[in-house]
Amino acid sequence: MASVPDNLHYSKDHEWVRVEGDIAVIGITDHAQDQLGDVVYVELPKAGDEFAANDSFGSVESVKAVSEIFTPVTGKITETNDSLNDEPEKVNKDPYGDGWMIKMTMKSPGEVDSLLTAAEYEDFTKAEE
Amino acid sequence: MASNITKVTNHISPNEALIFERSQPGRAGFSLPALDVDESSIDEIIPREMQREDALEGMPEVTEVDVVRHFTRMSTWNYSIDQGMYPLGSCTMKYNSRLNEKVARIADFANLHPLASESAAQGALQVIYELQQHLAEITGLPGVSLQPAAGAHGEMTGIMIIRAYIDARDGKEASAQRRTMLIPDSAHGTNPASAHLSGFTVKTIKSTAEGLTDLDHLRELCAHGNVAGLMLTNPNTLGLFERNIQEICRIVHDAGGLVYMDGANMNALVGIARPGDMGVDVIHLNLHKTFSTPHGGGGPGSGPCCCTKELEPFLPVPRVVASTSVGDSDSEHRLKPMLRLDYDYPQSIGRVKAFLGNYGMMLRALAYILTHGYDGLLEATQAAVLNARYIAHGLLTDYDKPFDSDPMHEVVFTDKRQARKGVHTLDIAKRLIDYGFHPMTIYFPLIVSGAMLIEPTESVGRQELDQFIEAMRSIAKEAVEDPELVLNAPHSTRVGRLDEAAAARKPVLRWKPAATESAESRSTASHSS
Repeated sequence: MASVPDNLHYSKDHEWVRVEGDIAVIGITDHAQDQLGDVVYVELPKAGDEFAANDSFGSVESVKAVSEIFTPVTGKITETNDSLNDEPEKVNKDPYGDGWMIKMTMKSPGEVDSLLTAAEYEDFTKAEE
Repeated sequence: MASNITKVTNHISPNEALIFERSQPGRAGFSLPALDVDESSIDEIIPREMQREDALEGMPEVTEVDVVRHFTRMSTWNYSIDQGMYPLGSCTMKYNSRLNEKVARIADFANLHPLASESAAQGALQVIYELQQHLAEITGLPGVSLQPAAGAHGEMTGIMIIRAYIDARDGKEASAQRRTMLIPDSAHGTNPASAHLSGFTVKTIKSTAEGLTDLDHLRELCAHGNVAGLMLTNPNTLGLFERNIQEICRIVHDAGGLVYMDGANMNALVGIARPGDMGVDVIHLNLHKTFSTPHGGGGPGSGPCCCTKELEPFLPVPRVVASTSVGDSDSEHRLKPMLRLDYDYPQSIGRVKAFLGNYGMMLRALAYILTHGYDGLLEATQAAVLNARYIAHGLLTDYDKPFDSDPMHEVVFTDKRQARKGVHTLDIAKRLIDYGFHPMTIYFPLIVSGAMLIEPTESVGRQELDQFIEAMRSIAKEAVEDPELVLNAPHSTRVGRLDEAAAARKPVLRWKPAATESAESRSTASHSS
């Protein structure tokens, strides 16, 4: 069973958000990495790029397919996880930790409240199957 | 490698070394005659900076027989359409007949210079002209260009034509606002790529639970405005016929957009239904799928673009057209048809390919069409659909079929039932190799989890269909009784399961001399440690 930590917010596109002050740390869920299979490349934006909620900010390439990844919140990129260039497997091994993808300053921090809770996300992935 | 693996052949050299590794100092496949001109210094002939300094390091030293054996051995490792069924969904791997190959090798065609004058190339131009007419009839779309080199190229040509048409219709300024291209979520990945390269923003249309384009969502997206067009595959990539195609075209046209159809799945329609009659404005065809020209390594491809009368002025130039001119002989005053290359289309998107396209494929496709005739093409289409439905029926008891409706020329199944035992689509595909089949297309379409897309084509008979069904059922049984057997497949090949992730993450793109390589990996290791 895929892990779904309680302290995160989740999107229906299988991204997670961890709120650290006014910064949102974003990555893809354990369920997402499991569905994708071995990740071989992660394409990320640059610091300073701005995105609206639900915009595509990059893509994840696995042995199966290339999939777009979406920002669950509106804001500006402050940092990206450049270590994924050399070690994309971190997304598989530690999706909620070393496999994080971007950090952004949130334009409207209230947006995270409209995302799914851990329990809701778990139900959502079960219903999808 | 485990010793219980059974080799498919008792080949003398089960794992052929690279040609570089076969090198033996001093072996050479040539002998030069004695010098019969004055010797001169290389520096006088070739500037120093353009000379190699590595003394051809790493070039294999081999004789002719070394080279012949090396490549002959490797050629026996291929799996090809000439050996057996190749059920790659969405690829239409049908048989490429020997007659087509013979026609393509007729010296008068094969040796014709691409810059030969029109008058010296009338026969070759006639092949293009006639093929254009046949494709126009098959698609119901009168404007045809055979220039595009393959499918995605034909797609892009079609999308560029749509853009040029809207520029002309609305004016550049208004057209610049109309930049939304609608694409269903089941589409081939090349569709959004072609749209993006042509300057459009892609919006994705959802599929219904039935696997068809969601009309309500389509209407909603059209209501947002700025729709330049829709890119639709029909039958779609789930193998299902978009039965609302006329309504879909109407909705897009009412929104001021055009409809491009991806012709990848035309093998389900030829002789039965025409995109032009459905309301489609522009389509590309894959001669290397539907019209039996070689596919994959045997290519090149060919992706003709067919369009309506309204879009015709925007087709690539030069176009091959027939004109009539008064014959030379005054006494006869006969009208003599003459084929020529016409560049005089000021609204054309321009040339998209050097010369006239991949000409050899045009010869093969024309031979395919003429040898089949209307009845034969119709029968091929019917057999392709019947074969896919036969497999759909045959696998129903053992595999999950996500969409209820009858498929057209290809059918999608999933690994849902097998996944409970930890056996997934990739494992089933690998195990199928042990049964002597090329695997089906896997993990596509993306909207179906664990998709297996199976397209038998019309080229296989009932016996092979039964063998395929039997193999798939047997694998389903193995997945329950002995999952490890499937998880570790293939077992009968020269190499077992390849590490695809490592190959993608750390690709080795070229051979390097052993010494250099180890020195480099040492330096890399010390950096990263």
